[in-house]
Amino acid sequence: MTIESSGDAPLRTVGKAELFLGFLKIGLLGFGGIAPWARHVIVEERRWLSEKEFASVLGVGQILPGPNTMNAAVLIGDRFQGVIGVLLCLVGQMALPLVIVTTLGIAYERFASVPEVQAGLVGAAAGAAGLVLGTAIKMVRRLKPTPPALAISLLAFAAVGIMQWPLPLVVVVLVPLAVAAAAMEGRA
Amino acid sequence: MLGLLLQIARVFALLSLVSIGGANAVLPEIRRQVVVVQGWMSDPAFANVFAISHAAPGPNIIMVSLIGWQLAGLAGLLVATLAIMIPSCTLAFVAGRAIAHWSERRWTKLLREGLVPLALGLILASGLSMMQVADHDAVTVAISLATAAFVILSRRNPLWAIVTGAAINIATLQFT
Repeated sequence: MTIESSGDAPLRTVGKAELFLGFLKIGLLGFGGIAPWARHVIVEERRWLSEKEFASVLGVGQILPGPNTMNAAVLIGDRFQGVIGVLLCLVGQMALPLVIVTTLGIAYERFASVPEVQAGLVGAAAGAAGLVLGTAIKMVRRLKPTPPALAISLLAFAAVGIMQWPLPLVVVVLVPLAVAAAAMEGRA
Repeated sequence: MLGLLLQIARVFALLSLVSIGGANAVLPEIRRQVVVVQGWMSDPAFANVFAISHAAPGPNIIMVSLIGWQLAGLAGLLVATLAIMIPSCTLAFVAGRAIAHWSERRWTKLLREGLVPLALGLILASGLSMMQVADHDAVTVAISLATAAFVILSRRNPLWAIVTGAAINIATLQFT
């Protein structure tokens, strides 16, 4: 066992209202992509899952079709409250963003040409990019992957981030490699 | 109207099943369907939808909801959203149950262990590609790096860093 969480791995129950409100918050905060915000709320703020459990759920969400965080919401909802939990997580995650995006769509025509609006959006987008980058680095520091596991991370990063190869291809090649690496090291 | 709604449902339900990697990964295919195959929107209108949906919180897939809204109002929004969600979410549900059912088997444990480093690498990659889209001068690069440092060093809500980044970039308008 060489990948380890930082000791905070409470296997606790999470109630229906708590699930819904948690995902409502994730949806509302989820600027620039949901994963870092989901991690902030689920791991850091409410401690529903340990760092490693969260990464594992997100990894499963990633290899399935659909947004990784939406799949993660399905898995987390089912884990704590079954089918009802799934629906609560999905509705919670989507409700506010849907209202906001249609409002923005209506407002956009009027305010798109205001320089301050454009500059603010660009600044926020740059911040959101940094948020994703920082979240990945923070997770690596917490999980302390072994050298072979870190090699898998770097291969995935290089293939998708630098070479910009199609994700399905990368997944098909790297999942067997990642599982083989875990098996050879006896990580499970 | 009903014909249009059915067409929206069909196009996005199919996209849902192939969208490994979420909205950003299938963006070229969404554009091809919406602009080229169906002729629902012009390219500039599609670019606007992309910009607006990235300025809103939530999964980037809400871009599809906004397309539905612009094509057929509230009914279009609901049909597009459900069509993009139901197939992939059902699959995730079934896969999740299977993994939970066989959670004590060695291959499921290995799969879950193996996917951890893969997820880390892919988040890192999406951070880089977001920076490539968002950062086009020294100020925005600095905002991205400072936000990353804030997230690494602090447990506080990252919204503080994002709002600060937006404010700094608005302030730089004074000097250009």
